[in-house]
Amino acid sequence: MSSSVKEVVRKRIALTGNEAAAWAMKQINPDVVAAYPITPQTEIMQIFADYVADGEVDTELVTVESEHSAMSACIGSEAAGARTMTATSSQGLALMWEMLYIAAGLRLPIVMPMVNRALSSPINIHCDHSDSMGARDTGWIQLYAENAQEVYDNVIQAIRIAEHPDLLLPVMINLDGFIISHALEPVEAFTNEEVRAFIGKHKPAYSLLDVDNPITVGALDLTDYYFEHKRSEVEPMLHATDVIEQVAADFAQKFGRRYELFDEYWMEGADFAIVVLGSTAGTAKVVVDELRNRGIRAGLIKLRVFRPFPHKQLADVLSGLKAVAVMDRSEGMAGMGGPVFHEVRSALYDYEPRPAIVNYVYGLGGRDITLNHINTVYEDLMDISRNGKHAKGRTTVGDLVTYLGVRE
Amino acid sequence: MSDLTEIRWHGRGGQGAKTAALLFGEAVLGQGKYMQAFPEYGPERMGAPVQSFNRISDGPITLHCHVTEPSVVVVLDPTLIGAADVTNGLPPDGIIIINTDRPASEFRRQLGLNGQKLYTVDASRIARETIGRDIPNTPMLGALVRATKLVNYEDMIADTRKKLEAKFGSKPGVVEGNIKAIQRAYEEVTSG
Repeated sequence: MSSSVKEVVRKRIALTGNEAAAWAMKQINPDVVAAYPITPQTEIMQIFADYVADGEVDTELVTVESEHSAMSACIGSEAAGARTMTATSSQGLALMWEMLYIAAGLRLPIVMPMVNRALSSPINIHCDHSDSMGARDTGWIQLYAENAQEVYDNVIQAIRIAEHPDLLLPVMINLDGFIISHALEPVEAFTNEEVRAFIGKHKPAYSLLDVDNPITVGALDLTDYYFEHKRSEVEPMLHATDVIEQVAADFAQKFGRRYELFDEYWMEGADFAIVVLGSTAGTAKVVVDELRNRGIRAGLIKLRVFRPFPHKQLADVLSGLKAVAVMDRSEGMAGMGGPVFHEVRSALYDYEPRPAIVNYVYGLGGRDITLNHINTVYEDLMDISRNGKHAKGRTTVGDLVTYLGVRE
Repeated sequence: MSDLTEIRWHGRGGQGAKTAALLFGEAVLGQGKYMQAFPEYGPERMGAPVQSFNRISDGPITLHCHVTEPSVVVVLDPTLIGAADVTNGLPPDGIIIINTDRPASEFRRQLGLNGQKLYTVDASRIARETIGRDIPNTPMLGALVRATKLVNYEDMIADTRKKLEAKFGSKPGVVEGNIKAIQRAYEEVTSG
């Protein structure tokens, strides 16, 4: 069947990002889902609750009293050996914080769509990446989607990634709040049978409920072994890029759509490039197309996997460029830009030659990021490529960070 | 992307501006084109000015910024004119379609149109007579299709019927009322 599936012309259906996530969850048919509402994620759980009520899934839906409890319920259920999912946003992820570390530390392959939204204060319901970037050191794998199609495809692949016996790590599938979560777009969906054949059965190595093979979960671990256990938690992260690529290759073979750790858009022969993740990558592609039509050697890297950070693969692609602009949809509060910038810049440190590299913080609290904004970033990169610094004084290599589209 | 068409819907909370954009998006997709449909999310109150948007193209659409220069504007509520800048970004060859019982000439002056095509239809009356309530969004779909010819009319009716049946299957009167509303607005919209 696998060789012929690729030839199938699939019907495109209209789904929002939230509907695409819920649709994928329905097809995955998890054993347990814990649900707590938060804008702009609420729809995912609302739609999924309908699937439960209508008997379209066999899932045990646990309605809890907070996101802290949602992740706690997921931890208990996944430790018992059940395939477990939830979804959240913003303050909800923040409230899960201590449980995120526990899920990863216990090597529990929980899968969670995460609808990116700004963090309070001030209160804001719109998109930025402050929430997921705050969870970057928790031990969760993080995938980012440009559109509703990628949300759907990433949720399905996430099950295989999380449950891979070499990883057993929780996976967060990020989608931009409202911009993707509430926008209707064409999505090519697969049949339930295709999805279930692709993800396979959940085969947990251990189960709390297996009384014949008792295990200890969540043991006290002081100066004697804590360090060794934390060190061992890094090990699967070191292999995770391989597993993510294997799953993507299998996905491409079965369904015909190819995914990478990051997408290279017009990188061949590029002099300079933007690195960005999420929906903004789509807008940036339009700018790159126009620049290339004018003979300007602009490129774009769309980061799909942020955890683990594909530092070597990225550096190999970026090191030969003249200039790189990293766009962050969150503020690192470090006084030197955002988290994606820090990591891309760090990845390039040992390379010689290496490009000039600058940071643009944009879109906080849902501020629109326009074609003009992205065009100014490429203009800056052209100046930096030519002169080593920006001619208009907006950005220089010595002055790393520009706030794009803010009133100052 | 040169064939990209962008539409902005103006309405008041409760008039169905979001649903209109979603229904139109589905109809576009049903005809094999690519589309986006999305509302502007702000304070969501009944009666407050709201907007929603469509993008339509023959190829995949990757833009995810706001729509700022729509070539088509649909106004669900004439009291928004003056209260909201409905012609903002509308180019001289653009199209504006207004739900009103007043003569088009009044709006042409008031909006200071410079070449844009103006269409009017009394969608509120049509909605009251067909659906039983002043929900002007579906009749304005009919007016939009007549004014822009962006989709095939018969296919759009069939698609919308399917979508409404899925949502209001237990209330056949709602489906028939809305379809009738679209058909009447398609017939009654006039160019002014």
